[in-house]
Amino acid sequence: MTAARLNSVNGIEAECGGSLSCGTCHVYVVGDYSARLPPPSAAEEEMLSLVAADRRESSRLSCQILISGEVDGIEISIPESQY
Amino acid sequence: MEKIVVGAGHAGFQLAASLRVANFRGDISLLNGEAGLPYQRPPLSKDFLKSGRHDALHFRGPEFFSDNEINLVAEEAVQIDRVQRKVVTASRNELSFDHLVIATGTVNRLLEVPGAGPDIIYIKTLGDAEGLRRRMPGFRKVVVVGGGFIGLEFAAAAAPEGIEVNVVDAADRLMSRTASRMVSAWFEEQHRRSGVRFYLNATVTAIARRNGAIEGVTLNDGRQIEADAVVVGIGSVPCQSLASEAGLTVNNGIVVDQYLRTSDPSISAIGDCSVFPSLYAASHIRLECVQNAADQAKCVALRITGSATPYTSLPWFWSEQGDDRLQIAGLIDRHDTAVVRGAPEDRSFSVFCFQADRLVGVESVNRAADHIVARRLLTAGSSVDPAKIADASLDLKSLLDRHLPPS
Repeated sequence: MTAARLNSVNGIEAECGGSLSCGTCHVYVVGDYSARLPPPSAAEEEMLSLVAADRRESSRLSCQILISGEVDGIEISIPESQY
Repeated sequence: MEKIVVGAGHAGFQLAASLRVANFRGDISLLNGEAGLPYQRPPLSKDFLKSGRHDALHFRGPEFFSDNEINLVAEEAVQIDRVQRKVVTASRNELSFDHLVIATGTVNRLLEVPGAGPDIIYIKTLGDAEGLRRRMPGFRKVVVVGGGFIGLEFAAAAAPEGIEVNVVDAADRLMSRTASRMVSAWFEEQHRRSGVRFYLNATVTAIARRNGAIEGVTLNDGRQIEADAVVVGIGSVPCQSLASEAGLTVNNGIVVDQYLRTSDPSISAIGDCSVFPSLYAASHIRLECVQNAADQAKCVALRITGSATPYTSLPWFWSEQGDDRLQIAGLIDRHDTAVVRGAPEDRSFSVFCFQADRLVGVESVNRAADHIVARRLLTAGSSVDPAKIADASLDLKSLLDRHLPPS
């Protein structure tokens, strides 16, 4: 989420700055990267249940996606809206 | 077509960004009274005190401004010429506008007592926060003047470092402007457990010094508290002189209508400096929060690009004190009934505040999902039955209608 913000990717609002408290950094993880990420915590699950745009299998809160070698090349798509 | 934005805080930055999102193609000048890139304020009293990381503070990297042709001007505006429609800067540059947005924010209310001096600490700018970070390792005893969000966030950062923290507040409870009695009491207890001490119904009447260095403070009842540093968080005062000197109406802020226009139709005012009519209050209010800054900015950007709608966004706030997060949806300063959900003893609960059976606000402590639902309910003006809320078996999400407008 921070990388997206600092690189001017539009559509990730991230109101709460990454504290799992707003649900406005919602993204869809493309392809099999979804399976490579650690599954959502209970707290992330709860916020995912409230996202404004369609919740899909591939939905994650981008503040919970940590950039590391393991996710090199990860592609995400941005929902229509975060509200 | 030239838009000028005075102030590059949350409101000013958002206005410039939102103009480009709305496909505005004309010139935008964003006047920043501070050096460096525009940055977020909330982390200054929270994460930043621990991490000191600048990159996490900036709204965007430097290319954002050049890529979006937002002219970031590192100058302060000193005068608005409404006749010629131009802004004069401190170095005598003149910038013409067809629309001007004033987003000058606030300045800290100063502790003006005998013994006050430049070593009294305020937390407003990046410079303030950096200075505080550098000095903190040397603190043994700190008096925090003001038991609002800023004072308590600092207290929560300092106490675990072994610093003796004493908080002084004029009211009979903490966060008296924004929180319910129950939430005030809950946080007071959490802070006490960390060793923070409180002096309520008290004001600081003097700072005592020895050889120039702070030695302590004196309270209105004569009690003295030892301290080697004093941190002050006693509220803010709107920066309205640019507006008032240009003949715009001011009254505890720059007065605007429901479209956030000042008394001059070519000039808008947004964010902490604006005083505006709100659906959520009986009269004009001035809000000091990121939500208001960002939402007012978006509202004005849409208006000046042709989509005018009244400003009706729901106020919401948050505070992080230690490991605890308080989120507040709505304005709860007037409520007659409070219904609690969750378990305060488990550090996760919400307080639903009603005024004459109408839900006016919800405070959530470590319960973000409740907060998100509350924002949607309050924005929709949904009728909420206090008895239903009190039923622990109720799933709050069931109160959400599929067709509710976004929060």
